[in-house]
Amino acid sequence: MSLVRIRNVHKSFGALEVLKGIDLDVAAGEVVVILGPSGSGKSTLLRCINHLEAIDRGVIDVDGAQIGHTMRHSRLVKLSAAAIVRQRRQIGMVFQSFNLYPHMTALENIIEAPVGVHGEPRAAAIAHAHELLARMGLADKATAYPRQLSGGQQQRVAIARALAIRPKLLLFDEPTSALDPELVGEVLATMRDLAGQGLTMIVVTHEIGFARDAADRVVFMDDGHVIEQGTPAAVLEAPTHPRTRLFLSRFMRQ
Amino acid sequence: MDDAARDVARAHRPFPLGRGLLWLAVMLIAADFAWIVAGNGNFGWPVVASYLTTASVLEGLSVTLGLTVVAMTLGVLIGLPIAIARLSNDRLLGGLAGLYIWFFRGTPLLVQLIFWYNLSTLFPEIAISIPFGPTLLHWNTNDVITPMTAAIAGLSLNEAAYMAEIIRGGLLSVDRGQVEATDAFGMTRAYALRRIILPQAMRAIVPPTGNQLISMIKATSLVSVIAMADLLYSVQTIYNRTFEVIPMLLVAVLWYLLVTSVLNVGQGWLERRFARGSERGQPA
Repeated sequence: MSLVRIRNVHKSFGALEVLKGIDLDVAAGEVVVILGPSGSGKSTLLRCINHLEAIDRGVIDVDGAQIGHTMRHSRLVKLSAAAIVRQRRQIGMVFQSFNLYPHMTALENIIEAPVGVHGEPRAAAIAHAHELLARMGLADKATAYPRQLSGGQQQRVAIARALAIRPKLLLFDEPTSALDPELVGEVLATMRDLAGQGLTMIVVTHEIGFARDAADRVVFMDDGHVIEQGTPAAVLEAPTHPRTRLFLSRFMRQ
Repeated sequence: MDDAARDVARAHRPFPLGRGLLWLAVMLIAADFAWIVAGNGNFGWPVVASYLTTASVLEGLSVTLGLTVVAMTLGVLIGLPIAIARLSNDRLLGGLAGLYIWFFRGTPLLVQLIFWYNLSTLFPEIAISIPFGPTLLHWNTNDVITPMTAAIAGLSLNEAAYMAEIIRGGLLSVDRGQVEATDAFGMTRAYALRRIILPQAMRAIVPPTGNQLISMIKATSLVSVIAMADLLYSVQTIYNRTFEVIPMLLVAVLWYLLVTSVLNVGQGWLERRFARGSERGQPA
């Protein structure tokens, strides 16, 4: 059974329909990269998976549980805010603009959710955080505040923060789009490492190279639809849909 | 071109004649003003000096300070939940908070104080009961409303309206991405507020709160109208007896200035602390 199961998902912002019937499955341990032009709805889809946005129609299941809703006496009811909060705790997220807590050190950022939300003992959380920082190549930055770190370092701390809750699913929302070009590589290298370790990852990005190297499957979205998906080789080297071809040709020329 | 002679490192500043003259003029006027004040016996400086540390004046001062601390603390404690309610998506909560702020900011503090003091004419009894049901607890209003409780109720409920708006502004100043991060990590609203949002909002909350505190010191003088023996009331009591109105008011003015000056220094210190917190360029 797939870890993430998305069926006929629609989402509008006012009169603008951003998702127009999305179907998508992500298996446990799979790395899925979602590509597509700006405004194609890929970030919105990602944010619907952990209910940062509520969907208007359709079903999203994560690990067998419906997101934001539950069946009660064979009637579908919306979950309470508290229950939604609990559902999110198994899903890690990395944001485009990092969103580290600026008043906390790198280490404090990482242990905040494990200790405060998941009730992990502080000492264990700190040990785990040091281990994660070392994996990110930031062993010496534990006491640094976000302001003292480069964008690439901040994003790697944010990745460590997301890993610290031992998520079943890791969402990346354009993790390198806010970075200076010379810092993109270090973050992508970290993400490639993770992709090889059996984590379930859904990555929204513009980095075709990352999709080619690290993805198990590439999903191409355009105008609120999934128009093509398959192995990186199939979608990137031999796209069948004209709009995929157009999108990729723009990147290849660069 | 002689670049060595034109090196800007060798430049001199021309003598600021205009500014020098301006300083001189201002000093002269200030000295003249001081001379007039010192030479005018009506100010009654000896009387000021003799009453400055009189027991009843110091008692009044302590009432003013105590009232300020209590009213300000209550104002913050009541203002915080009102600010949170005002920002909530819940129409009922937001509406009630808005109504509270609208009423308490929209009516004069002096009127509110007199209103609380005369509450017994409106409600001779205060009771806690189930709406339209049985009474659980009740008191005689005149036993509850003393000048002290009327002053605390009036000042703190009024202050809460202003503090609610200041705290709301502070909460709104926090980056939207922070709220998103707390949501994504499955934090409850209360936890996120306490650990992530409020600490960041404090930077925007502290400076106007210092302002409010200084306003409060002076606003407490209004309680003299409900016979609360604060600093102003105690000097009024003396000049009603001695008719030395101006010297006694000067006693009060000097104390108000002293207290607000101390608070100014304290506010500056707090703001520097928070500025340091935000500029974490250097390792601590």
